[in-house]
Amino acid sequence: MATPYDVARERSSRAPVIVAPHAHALPSRRADLARVLALGTALMLLLAVGAVLAPVAQEADFLAKNLPPSLAHPFGTDWMGRDMLSRTVAGLTLSASLGLLAALAAAGLSLVLGCVAALGGPAADAFVSGAIDVVMGLPHLVLLILVSFAFGKGFVGVAMAIALTEWPRLARVVRSEMLQCRGSDYVLAARRLGQGPVRVAARHLVPYVLPQFVVGLVLLFPHAIIHEASLTFLGFGLPPEVPAIGSILSESMAYLSTGAWWLVALPGAALVLCVLAFDILGRSLARLATRGGAL
Amino acid sequence: MGVAIGCDCGSARIPFVFRFFAKNLLKACVLVLVVSFVVFLLVDLSPVDPVQANVGQAATLSMSEAKRAQLEAYWGVGESLLERYGRWLWGLLHGDLGTSLRYDEPVAQVIAERAGASFALLSIAWAGSGLLGFVLGVVAGMAHRRWPDRLIRGWCFAMTSIPSFWLALIALMVFAVALGWFPIGFATPVGLAQADVSWADVAHHLALPAICLTLVGVAPVALHTREKVIEFEAGEVADFCRLRGEGPWQRFWRHGLRNVALPALTLQCASVGEIFGGAVLVEEVFSYPGLGQAAVTAGLGSDVCLLAGIAVVTSLLVFGGNFAADVLYGVVDPRMRSAREAARAAKEGPLASLVDRPEDYDVPRSGAEEVGRGDTI
Repeated sequence: MATPYDVARERSSRAPVIVAPHAHALPSRRADLARVLALGTALMLLLAVGAVLAPVAQEADFLAKNLPPSLAHPFGTDWMGRDMLSRTVAGLTLSASLGLLAALAAAGLSLVLGCVAALGGPAADAFVSGAIDVVMGLPHLVLLILVSFAFGKGFVGVAMAIALTEWPRLARVVRSEMLQCRGSDYVLAARRLGQGPVRVAARHLVPYVLPQFVVGLVLLFPHAIIHEASLTFLGFGLPPEVPAIGSILSESMAYLSTGAWWLVALPGAALVLCVLAFDILGRSLARLATRGGAL
Repeated sequence: MGVAIGCDCGSARIPFVFRFFAKNLLKACVLVLVVSFVVFLLVDLSPVDPVQANVGQAATLSMSEAKRAQLEAYWGVGESLLERYGRWLWGLLHGDLGTSLRYDEPVAQVIAERAGASFALLSIAWAGSGLLGFVLGVVAGMAHRRWPDRLIRGWCFAMTSIPSFWLALIALMVFAVALGWFPIGFATPVGLAQADVSWADVAHHLALPAICLTLVGVAPVALHTREKVIEFEAGEVADFCRLRGEGPWQRFWRHGLRNVALPALTLQCASVGEIFGGAVLVEEVFSYPGLGQAAVTAGLGSDVCLLAGIAVVTSLLVFGGNFAADVLYGVVDPRMRSAREAARAAKEGPLASLVDRPEDYDVPRSGAEEVGRGDTI
């Protein structure tokens, strides 16, 4: 015979669980650090290998043209018999280094404009905000086309286009952070003690925004690379013999209907992986910089 | 939003609605002026020789002096920046956007023709990506940290890393070339008179580009909505609903939806420019005769008037998106209106000096800024 105790125990074991706690792993700083190091090294290696492969990528072998992927040519060959793997790696290197360069310039511009807005008085602030509004008021790609055209297309055109259009988002963050910092007691004290705007910017404002700035900079990289690829794809970039990833893809477009799938699928997938790597790198860095906060 | 137009100065007697519209109209005019000037300035800076860019290097070198001079006059070589811009502006005041040199037609006509094709593509992609992104975001947010969430989030992150033109190329390769379900390009069947083209043909040609563009635009709004849903689920309202015994979908339908829909709507309105950028690339892949393709042609062929026209039209499109977001905010969220009124009362009241610049006339664009890597082109 069941005792009341047994009944109670039986019931409690059948009692509905209202909230089942899930086990969630906290973001691991060690894993983030490992990710940053691994991806950083991998991307550096890619740049180095790409630089070495650049001459190989130009070699044409008309005996081996339009080959599908095989062991000898993992990415196949194109209509001139060039090895697509080395072309892809060389193209990625070019695209990535161009993107990195342009993103650095854009970030520098946003830092300078943030300082000007924060310290240059209301007129300068209004000018910077106005510039941000105008740049963001045009579709990004239209502006990219315009600027790259203004600088004569080519390498310089693409780099300038990305540098001059990519800054507003980061500039907005930098500006608002700096405005916050400008109102703090130590900046007010420094100003009262007679420090000029340049000195205040260098000693107080820039160090204050530095973590945010670095994270924003790294998160600009994927954007910059995608935009570089888009511009070269549209034909605003480099001459066709230079293997940039966008021009490789726009060239392969002509061979789509002949069934040469590897010319489009594999270089594009490599580009996506590269962008994804930069993106994960940036996000891990952001988590490290904000001490596990959400960003 | 600071194109610094001192417009807060209107007296209290003018109704708010009127002031709001007047202010935005003025802003739009300033935007058109600035954007068009920037276009002309950039074109003036360009070292690209328009004659050579359009007739090719060999032809340029072999042509006679007189022919060359004639072509240079046609493309406006050697005209000063202010002269050119002044002429364009004067024409604009008379409703004339100039003549496209590449298409040899009035710019307004070129844009009107192309905008028709682009409009269908853009609006389908805009609405489709908004709806699909919203639904995915809600599903991911409600299933926070479970597999649907992981799946959707992973997919969205992957989508932000995929260039739209590559997605379009792959779609073209799989569905048009390999499977043959869709045509390979253009907006209408080749070799058919315009009058004979049926709606089914148009829809058939539109489908694949529209699907690509929709998929490209999904990620930002899905990720943003997901964040907002998670925020709602962690809040007090959701707790109270749980205590009352409401299930997740009931609670979302009754309380979550209207809190989450507004930021998504704002974000989607602000993303018009991104969708247009994607359309430029997708139209190029599908040889779709839209505005984006015209922009690329104009850029590659130094067609200043067409470039300026497209830049002005698209910037007005972006402006219109943001303006719609502003208006919708007031219409959809009654709290906004009362906040505006309160701020105005405070501004005009005795404590006016204590109130900071009333930001409320410019509705906070929380959407676009928070998303971080929102845009993909």
